[in-house]
Amino acid sequence: MQQRRTIDQIHTNRVLLNGQLDTPKWWAPTVITLGIIVAIGFFLIGIMVNKGLGVTGLSRPVYWGLFITTFVFWVGISHAGIMISAILRLSQAEWRRPVTRAAELLTVFSLLTALMFPLMHAGRPWRIIYYIVPYDFARGIMPNVRSPLIWDPVAISTYLTGSTLFLYIALLPDLGNLRDRTTGWQKAFYTILALGWRGNPRQWKLQTVGGILLSALMLPIFVSVHSIVSWDFAVTPAVEGWHSTIFAPYFVIGAVHSGVSAVVTMMALMRWLWKWEDFIRPEHFDALARLLIVVATGWLAFTFLELIFAVYGLDAPEIELRDMQIFQWPWNLLFVVFVFTGYIIPVGMWLQKSVRNNIALMFWSSLFVNIGMWLERFMIIVPGLARKTPFVYTWEAYRPSGLEWFILFWSLAWVTFLMLLFSRFFPLVPLFEQKESQTFGDSIKIGRARVPAIVREAD
Amino acid sequence: MTLQREKRDYSWGMVVDVDKCTGCQACVLACQAENNVPLNLQDRFERARAMQWIRVERYWEGEFPDIKARFIPIMCQHCENAPCEPVCPVFATYHNNEGLNVQVYNRCVGTRYCANGCPYIVRFFNYWEPVWPEAFRNHLNPDVTVRSRGIMEKCSFCVQRIRRGVRNAERDGRKVQDGEIQTACTQACPTDALVFGNFNDKDSRVSKMKDDDRHYTLLPHLATDPNVVYLAQIDTDRSAGSSHG
Repeated sequence: MQQRRTIDQIHTNRVLLNGQLDTPKWWAPTVITLGIIVAIGFFLIGIMVNKGLGVTGLSRPVYWGLFITTFVFWVGISHAGIMISAILRLSQAEWRRPVTRAAELLTVFSLLTALMFPLMHAGRPWRIIYYIVPYDFARGIMPNVRSPLIWDPVAISTYLTGSTLFLYIALLPDLGNLRDRTTGWQKAFYTILALGWRGNPRQWKLQTVGGILLSALMLPIFVSVHSIVSWDFAVTPAVEGWHSTIFAPYFVIGAVHSGVSAVVTMMALMRWLWKWEDFIRPEHFDALARLLIVVATGWLAFTFLELIFAVYGLDAPEIELRDMQIFQWPWNLLFVVFVFTGYIIPVGMWLQKSVRNNIALMFWSSLFVNIGMWLERFMIIVPGLARKTPFVYTWEAYRPSGLEWFILFWSLAWVTFLMLLFSRFFPLVPLFEQKESQTFGDSIKIGRARVPAIVREAD
Repeated sequence: MTLQREKRDYSWGMVVDVDKCTGCQACVLACQAENNVPLNLQDRFERARAMQWIRVERYWEGEFPDIKARFIPIMCQHCENAPCEPVCPVFATYHNNEGLNVQVYNRCVGTRYCANGCPYIVRFFNYWEPVWPEAFRNHLNPDVTVRSRGIMEKCSFCVQRIRRGVRNAERDGRKVQDGEIQTACTQACPTDALVFGNFNDKDSRVSKMKDDDRHYTLLPHLATDPNVVYLAQIDTDRSAGSSHG
């Protein structure tokens, strides 16, 4: 499956550090354009905080809409990091190596973005600090720990802290590398960040142990974060489509589906933009696509189980909800787009070996997945609220306002902006991982036999 | 923790006799005036953001000409087991020791989670800062907070009237008499379809009415244990549709 390629270390250094030492020409104009979109987005959020949430399309009873959808979407994307860098690391999947950092980075930035949505979505965001930080012991009003909205920031900030540490530990050897290749203020910058990394055996050992420990410690987060996000919905008995026991595993597997697909999208972009054809190879796409076929099919099973449970109960409001989701305009159009982009088109494509090894097709199919996964969250959140009880008197529709749409696109621009900004100062493909995998692959000839040059030390 | 119903001094509740309701909306108007609820202009209804702490739902039954209009007033049910309470991250809504589901405006950060949790859809969000015409400036009730934008509000069982009634009774060293405290809606109801009182007082009107054969609560399968009890409509003319309260 994977061809063995030999890339010497000088070539690795030269090519993978091109973002820092030899910034591509497209970088500055792209970052400036994205920066303008980001600035407009922040301005609109400012308007929303200043004027009130009336500027959105929310109503009664559709109190949550596009913002919460986008929040769940970004938390879902963040599962990329833990899947690639923790699970694949612990299972010693060699092909993960070039994408570990980019995936972890995507996790950090998408979590930062996700956290902003519930904040800006609150009626009085300036008072939110009251519930994230326990306050005012004198009056004895602590945050209500029974609320999933308390569990959310706890889970997400744990994940964010773990991921940031993980990212930084994996960055140390490359920071040392950059420090040795830069001058002036850049050298000072990298010297401080590299924490005196010299690459001696003790430092390597600590770095490896730290990475493995963090992977293992973060494994529970793999299950907990999106389970907790799903409980935001699943604990409300009032909303027909939300109050479901399968939500936690359903959301987790959906998150892996969208997160790993986002990694594929990003890998294709990295390969094209920084010309890293030697490092991000078709076999990496092939491996991820095989993984995705399994994940996507598991996720599809949950999607249909949810519908089957609904129909099996013959509960009138629930039937009405599913009828709206699947058969009523415009939800029927969204449903078809969701099923096709979320599963049928991409998985149909990935079953072909020629597609799995074609970067452009993998790029588009992974984009499709995330369109479908965003729609999935939208189709869970909004119809559930619009048809939430038997009180037909208060059935309402929801039409997101232009401002909400812009802020959705702002979030995409914002994550891309942060990633590009990062790429200017730090390598997106870990150099040491690349070299390590080369060394692990080296073999020497003893007599007629070829044996590995390095024996992996038992962890 | 909240006291059990039996251990409280007062356990406020309401009985709604649907049979007597004519759908006149007097309760809606009285509530609006008493509780400084912002004016529901046309665009508020069009955007589905109108605020009515008590609303009269109208359902049509049967086909013309054998058609009946059914009315049911719905306000906050002040559930003993309220789904809105545990989901609030800041304790802005909680159950007090008189059976009221109270909303603390100062704590509310506007997550709207309580509104999602409420199966009766009786919680309202202030999407905009409330504005009254100049002529209404001096008509606001000084006993009731004017809610700012970004927070939730809902029927409080006219808690300002309850407080005044209890205070007066305590001053005189007695308990509140039945009928002494009236909410704005019960006071305005011309047919006496809405009755407010203390469920813990065995002799109160609501205690006697709530055990009527016609009694039911809304969405009982959700086990919210509401403090608002409905009395079903009696259909004398069975020809038009079936009767199911």
